[in-house]
Amino acid sequence: MTPVELDSGNTAWILTSAALVLLMTPGLALFYGGQARSKNVLNMMMMVFGTLATVGVLWVLFGYSVAFGTDVGAGLLGNPVEFFGLSSMLTPEAQTDGLPDLAFVAFQGMFAILTTGLIAGAAADRMKFNTWMVFTLLWATLVYFPVAHWVFDLDNGWIAAGLGALDFAGGTAVHINAGVAALVLCIFLGKRRGWPREAMRPHNLTMVMLGAGMLWFGWFGFNAGSAGSAGWEASYAFVNTIAATAAAIVGWLIVEQIRDGKPTSLGAASGIVAGLVAITPACASVSPIGAMIIGVIAGVACAYAVGLKFKLGFDDSFDVVGVHLVGGVIGTLMIGLLATEVAPDGANGLFYGGGFSQLGIQAIAALAVIVYCAVVTAIIVGILKATMGLRIDDDSEATGIDEGEHAESGYDFSSLRGGSSLGSSHSALSAPTQVSATAGKES
Amino acid sequence: MKMVTAIIKPFVLEDVKGALERLGVLGMTVSEVQGYGRQKGHTEVYRGAEYSVDFVPKVRIEVVTDDSAADKVVDAIAETARTGKIGDGKVWVTPVETVVRVRTGERGADAL
Repeated sequence: MTPVELDSGNTAWILTSAALVLLMTPGLALFYGGQARSKNVLNMMMMVFGTLATVGVLWVLFGYSVAFGTDVGAGLLGNPVEFFGLSSMLTPEAQTDGLPDLAFVAFQGMFAILTTGLIAGAAADRMKFNTWMVFTLLWATLVYFPVAHWVFDLDNGWIAAGLGALDFAGGTAVHINAGVAALVLCIFLGKRRGWPREAMRPHNLTMVMLGAGMLWFGWFGFNAGSAGSAGWEASYAFVNTIAATAAAIVGWLIVEQIRDGKPTSLGAASGIVAGLVAITPACASVSPIGAMIIGVIAGVACAYAVGLKFKLGFDDSFDVVGVHLVGGVIGTLMIGLLATEVAPDGANGLFYGGGFSQLGIQAIAALAVIVYCAVVTAIIVGILKATMGLRIDDDSEATGIDEGEHAESGYDFSSLRGGSSLGSSHSALSAPTQVSATAGKES
Repeated sequence: MKMVTAIIKPFVLEDVKGALERLGVLGMTVSEVQGYGRQKGHTEVYRGAEYSVDFVPKVRIEVVTDDSAADKVVDAIAETARTGKIGDGKVWVTPVETVVRVRTGERGADAL
């Protein structure tokens, strides 16, 4: 490739987008953490933050190479050693169309982290933290990186290039993928003690709403950054990311008003996420009106889909399946109906005279990711269950996983702990009896 | 001496405190508590899943007083806390054997 001058505008936008997508991970931690009970909030947030560590390291080592290295055949996998440690791309000449390859590495790395973090919402309150961390390493390596190659390597990936499916920012690779993994993980984990008989109310809905707002903010990087440049295509995806999300809030709240009698704050926050998920694959393929149709359908459908776990009996604690899997499938399939050639990443869907072909392609793409992810995730989780074990012990779960797995508590509202001898004391400054608090954890 | 204990709705606390101050009550202990009486709880809905919340937030006031003032304290609380709706609460009186002021060691009515 002949070297071209760097495009500073595009580079600035992609780096900004990468930072925006990074912010989605702490946003997700707040969104899930607020839905947890107060005794479990830190573990929930640590599961999400943990992916920043594990997947971040893998991405630099070989993750990028598996996803975007030279195709080893049939669009299934990139060469895992080509960009190992990124050392072969550390020159100013390593750029594509004026965008430094390292900017693309940063941007796509944030996707890998967030996708893995999404799964945590199904595993609340009860999973060994060490097992979770090993799970994220294995899942990112064996599921996310290859599927990202299928979907995001537009020149080689078998879904993007071979099949011709439209998935602009990851309806399949991100949301269907995380949703299926969440379903498999929560089935292997089993239900939380007392679920669904015991009330497990969200402990802080203001956190949930702040998290949803941060997710939406970061999602502009996710969707509009996926244009790879700072022009019309990015603006197009940006506007659709507003249109669909707004419509999804309306859809979710109307369902609640009619079905439950009251529109709720958790419903509004959930509607935001459902709309964002559904428009992710479609944001550069449909018109803004089409985006609002996708949004309102996702809002309504997900508001009902989150009830499935009670009927079917799987403890998907914070509805990763009901929102990400269902929303991802809706967005991916509706491209087949509402895609228009006028859009930057367009093709004519069924409603624009394109017939059923695009819809069929979209369905194959969705199904392929569902099957691959379900099988490989089941193998990973099955092995972890037999070796490290998945569940914390019953006592820890009853007391709260924050204390059991992290020796911390999220909140200190008790004035007794502020200085009285009844509360805490510094173990280094007091009698050896204090050590028993930590010794119990090992046994 | 008597201990007057009252369970009231949280939002009437300021009014009750004012009424007791006007009576000359010099101190009280207030705690946030939860419970239910005939009012029972209420229902909350999260993502379509209904939870019944059995225990309603209330405020408990405890005042130790002279035998002679106990009735006035009870009346003041009951009148101030009354909204006429279900869930207004209860007030009861129990005998207190003795009271000690920690700082000085005074006992009995002098310690109030």
